[in-house]
Amino acid sequence: MSLSEVEATTESEQVEQAAGNLRKEAWKRLRRDPVALVGFALIAFFVLVAIFAPLIAPYAPDAQPGRGMITPTNIPGPSADHWFGLDASGRDEFSRVVYGARQSLLVGVVATLIGMAGGLLLGTLAGAFGGKVDAVVMRIVDVMLSIPGLLMAIAIAALLGASLWSVMIAIAIINVPVFARLLRGQMLAQRGSDYVLAAVSIGVRRRPIVLGHILPNSISPVIVQATLTLATAIIEAAGLSFLGLGSADPRVPEWGRMLADTQRYLASAPHLAFFPGIAIVVAALGFTMLGERLREAIDPKYRR
Amino acid sequence: MNDQTSAASAEKRASSDGLLSVRGLEVHFPIRSGIIIERQVGAVKAVDGVDLDIPRGATVGLVGESGCGKSTLGRAILRLVEPTAGTVTFDGTDLGALAGEELRRMRRQLQMVFQDPMASLDPRQNVQSVISEPLRAHGVGGDHRARVRELLDLVGLPASAANRYPHEFSGGQRQRIGIARAIALEPQLIVADEPVSALDVSIQAQVVNLLEELQDRLGLTYLVIAHDLAVVRHIADIVAVMYLGGLVEQAPSDDLYATPLHPYTKALMSAVPIPDPAVEDARQRILLQGDLPSPADPPPGCRFHTRCPFRQPTRCADERPALRTVAGHPATHRVACHWAEDIEAGRIQPAAEAVIEPDPAPDPAT
Repeated sequence: MSLSEVEATTESEQVEQAAGNLRKEAWKRLRRDPVALVGFALIAFFVLVAIFAPLIAPYAPDAQPGRGMITPTNIPGPSADHWFGLDASGRDEFSRVVYGARQSLLVGVVATLIGMAGGLLLGTLAGAFGGKVDAVVMRIVDVMLSIPGLLMAIAIAALLGASLWSVMIAIAIINVPVFARLLRGQMLAQRGSDYVLAAVSIGVRRRPIVLGHILPNSISPVIVQATLTLATAIIEAAGLSFLGLGSADPRVPEWGRMLADTQRYLASAPHLAFFPGIAIVVAALGFTMLGERLREAIDPKYRR
Repeated sequence: MNDQTSAASAEKRASSDGLLSVRGLEVHFPIRSGIIIERQVGAVKAVDGVDLDIPRGATVGLVGESGCGKSTLGRAILRLVEPTAGTVTFDGTDLGALAGEELRRMRRQLQMVFQDPMASLDPRQNVQSVISEPLRAHGVGGDHRARVRELLDLVGLPASAANRYPHEFSGGQRQRIGIARAIALEPQLIVADEPVSALDVSIQAQVVNLLEELQDRLGLTYLVIAHDLAVVRHIADIVAVMYLGGLVEQAPSDDLYATPLHPYTKALMSAVPIPDPAVEDARQRILLQGDLPSPADPPPGCRFHTRCPFRQPTRCADERPALRTVAGHPATHRVACHWAEDIEAGRIQPAAEAVIEPDPAPDPAT
């Protein structure tokens, strides 16, 4: 095709500026971004720790290898045998932090996924139909957003009873409006675009237009938001557990609950607060770093 | 194919072989105000009473400056924008009376080519999916891969294009993809909204030629919306000139370019440079003053009277002229100006400040 070759050379610049390259370019920038890479490495680290917890942890999370060494005034700190020291029941703190990664990541991922699913549903309804449906859905979302997130999560978790699931559902619910609003805005913007008009003019039915064209082109910022939500979900889960709204089973280690249990020994055994606290911060930091940079990479406004 | 269902407002002659007939079409976009209780405080009259006939197999060019409502008119004809009033009769069917599934089926016959070929293609769809989408939407059976190859060949793209994505193509090639999509269902009418204005000048001619070639092969009827008079002259059989929501002149292409009757058309024509320096220097040019008035508050009477260099103290400001024929011109040449005869005869001269007189002694150095 000599004709197309001629056109390709005369308009190569135009091709470079094409909006379709946005994703590829974003990916390229992300791979060269040290902050994103560190974030990704941190996430990968915690995921691996969670998966291989039984291989990494020297003791079972509910074993009490140091039972005899514990007195109310003396809780041994880090040592060669117990890297992060022992907790008040004589359990190996390192093993518990390692196993705790499972709970925290599970809560973060599940809560985010449920929240995203709810947000996608509401956002799609509002964004696809507009008009009255949009007005009703968005007023509900506004009401949800007007209640402080953690306060609402506490109320929901308390209502559902202390369990891992109620923590996940509570965190999911407070994140629904964030996703719904984001997606709705994106979809409204896409709805007026030429390719949607083109699909209408061709005679494509509404459902394939919404699900096949508008939604896939609106989803990128939602994915980015999900990465950021994972970080806050981990912190919120720790917070709810800290308040005693998480799983009641003391054998299952969870970072937030570990922090709560340490309150009484804070003066004598600060290491019990330090290690789970650091784990929460670093895991959340990893998701935040990746999420922020992902957002910047996708958003043309941040281009440098 | 008569206008069996033409509305009462259709006082104009109906073309004996008209494919599309537009009567009294209005598209008003409400301007709303208020926070809790919204009330309509006005309307942008994007299209305000347009009559237009498109004969089968013809190409009608619709020209006008940006903001005059020509794109809205094109979209209202396709019911992509809901008309506020008026009728659009396509092949004997009143499009305004169709709804839902009936309208969706009818879209098969009416397709659109967009100005920006990138924006009109879903960036996540490959070409195969783009071009076969109309086939899927209307349940056309058969081998879609083969049909897409055939369509790609028809618009001058290689079969290998099918597996690629829109961003991998140049602007001209993307427009070819858009055209392939538009002809996939073998429609009768294609509304092309500025089909080449987003393309490099070097590519424009190729796409215009492609449109003409496809018209010959497939018996298409076109409504080509453009602001480029040269493009329209090349492609259109009939040209309609639009100003601020209404048509001011409509004529066969040659007539219009040879003897523009409406002052607005004259001004548009004199904005086109003539590729002969001697003629270019010797001709009288009319310049338009000011901007297009707001379509939310159009001037009373003739819409053009605020900028018209031939404005007269009577009639212009208080009586809106209708399209009419002028003695000495064919019946197909219609103009909406009260003073068309006097202007043509030279009895009314343009205001001096609106005219650039030919340079009496062109300086060869400049």
